[in-house]
Amino acid sequence: MQLYRSHVLVCGGTGCHSSGSDDVIEVFNRELEKNNLQNEVKVIRTGCFGLCEVGPIVIVYPEGAFYSRIRAEDVPEIVSEHLLKGRLVTRLLYHDAVHEDETAKSLNEMDFYKKQKRVALRHCGVIDPENIDEYIAFGGYKALGKVLTEMKPEEVIDTIKASGLRGRGGAGFPAGLKWEFTAKAEGDKKYVCCNADEGDPGAFMDRSILEGDPHSVLEAMTIAGYAVGADQGYIYVRAEYPIAVKRLSIAIDQAKEYGLLGENIFGTDFSFDIGIRLGAGAFVCGEETALMASIEGYRGEPRPRPPFPAQKGVFGKPTLLNNVETYANITKIILDGPEKFREIGTEKSKGTKVFALGGNINNTGLVEIPMGTTLREIVYEIGGGIPGGKKFKAAQTGGPSGGCIPAEHLDTPIDYDSLIEIGSMMGSGGLIVMDEDNCMVDIARFFLEFTVEESCGKCPPCRIGTKRMLEILNKITSGKGEEGDIEKLETLAKNISASALCGLGQTAPNPVLSTLRYFRDEYEAHIRDKKCPAGVCQALLKYVIVEEKCKGCGLCAKSCPVNAINGERKTPFKIDENICIKCGACMSKCPFRAIEKK
Amino acid sequence: MKSLEELEEIRKKTLESVNIRTERQGTRVVVGMGTCGIAAGARPVLLAFLDEVSKRNLNNVIVTQTGCIGVCRLEPMVEIYTPGEEKVTYVKVTPDKVSKIVSNHIVNGQIVSEYTIGAYEEEER
Repeated sequence: MQLYRSHVLVCGGTGCHSSGSDDVIEVFNRELEKNNLQNEVKVIRTGCFGLCEVGPIVIVYPEGAFYSRIRAEDVPEIVSEHLLKGRLVTRLLYHDAVHEDETAKSLNEMDFYKKQKRVALRHCGVIDPENIDEYIAFGGYKALGKVLTEMKPEEVIDTIKASGLRGRGGAGFPAGLKWEFTAKAEGDKKYVCCNADEGDPGAFMDRSILEGDPHSVLEAMTIAGYAVGADQGYIYVRAEYPIAVKRLSIAIDQAKEYGLLGENIFGTDFSFDIGIRLGAGAFVCGEETALMASIEGYRGEPRPRPPFPAQKGVFGKPTLLNNVETYANITKIILDGPEKFREIGTEKSKGTKVFALGGNINNTGLVEIPMGTTLREIVYEIGGGIPGGKKFKAAQTGGPSGGCIPAEHLDTPIDYDSLIEIGSMMGSGGLIVMDEDNCMVDIARFFLEFTVEESCGKCPPCRIGTKRMLEILNKITSGKGEEGDIEKLETLAKNISASALCGLGQTAPNPVLSTLRYFRDEYEAHIRDKKCPAGVCQALLKYVIVEEKCKGCGLCAKSCPVNAINGERKTPFKIDENICIKCGACMSKCPFRAIEKK
Repeated sequence: MKSLEELEEIRKKTLESVNIRTERQGTRVVVGMGTCGIAAGARPVLLAFLDEVSKRNLNNVIVTQTGCIGVCRLEPMVEIYTPGEEKVTYVKVTPDKVSKIVSNHIVNGQIVSEYTIGAYEEEER
């Protein structure tokens, strides 16, 4: 195999891909050839580096130079300066990736990575996900080899149990127990499934793992197959993740070619195969029983449990179902031992958790932190704080099933149990940061609107109940709220949680309950004073011109699309409330900040 | 895949080529590759270093490049940084000097004094 003196790693995750990393790769290859460097420098498309905010990202080794926001037109300069002459192109380096003496910082020295611990994401951004050899070079399939040649199935299960690994899909059920139940269940045929139906708004953790390190999931599923006695696996992934699906298919083909999937793996009598099943994007298919119905070819609807999948799953056979991130931890536990894994995290939540950081935050992206890290560390140290120096108001975790964490809990160490205690949940790992300009009633309404749309309609509490809740919230945000609405919301929430068929319905009221718990005053302001304190709910807004500040320039009147502003030049102008559509165009145009939102 | 040995073989083979991406604390070989360096023949020197390092399986050594070091008349120049030690600068390096520098200096810790900038300046005087 040819040795290269330098590797150019270009992020091929979804974020960087959509901001143009494909073009960047193409120009790199072209420029390298032009400079006759193609035999010295290799360009590799990797998975997500995490710092999606400043993509497309390019890292050049051996220096480890971290270039951000690279456009195709920047590439010739990097090639001629850095790769040919060896001078870093400082203007293109990420601002936190350079030492004062203009040498490149290593990743671990950067604020964004300093507090992170990449376990599930260990290969993302390091290897070429479409090349099985690179995965093997970093220790891939060694765990499978060890399991098949040295360990009994029970030993594998004991190892996972001892590690304390809990399901990363949301509820946090101990993974080892699930494996044990499936292994002990009676059945002539068993299945191992992977839930890659990531549906929370703003979440892209599983997607990034599949895109950046598909083999780690395949290897873990094969190990699970051996442990529970299954010979067939299915990965249920949404069709709207095209890059993930493509890389998974490539990975499966490569693994089969090497005999790491298929008959008699490593010369043992264990055989295992994995198939991909595409989901059409219904949120409810992330629920385990609905997911399995969908794999079987039926409509994705949940059914009552028990029987649990470990007893009766896909095609009525005992089935092990874990999510992508859970699997991504497995090989590490097998190779390093459960004790090593237990060293990370809190007493009841071991290991790390990947979060998709989004919303009002400087470093939008993918982060992996040890359990027990505080929200403050995530938001202010890793996330780089809130844009515009605005105040932190709340963070939303757990998607439509979770809740909002207010500023007073910024210092709570994050793990499964502490989040439940403060009225939210871990969920699969979406983390949306909100600043003072967000209306919490509107946020609750947004999430409820999502669940109403995604409700499969099988059980009435979810189908009808969430709809009624949404109607009340719409009423409140449009200024028609009445006394008693909050109490009605609470009653409905309680009943839906208690009676809905599946997790989607049972947790649907959570966004409302948690915002009521911490931001009840905002609800009351909407209902009693007909005011939206954050200035978001349009129906409750009024744009007014402050007479003392208005110089009468008339710019506002010119920018108004509906001619709602009138006045004489050099005298204060006025907004006609009956015509105003509250678009805010005048406010952004006014040079004197004389227009206020009330 | 029929055996663990087979897997280990693939791992070893590929590791060499991807090892460059792991953080290394070892010796850094920096070749001056400004216009002056390239004109004086720095590229064959760089390639010779790469070749020698991989031939000897020196996984902890980084071969990299830098711009003009400033003494263009002494190019090709090579600086060797060993952690905890002072930097050593070799001047007028040619590919045939490389193997000696690698074996004596990088592997055995013996600086090849006659190629260093100090020796050269002595000689000039």
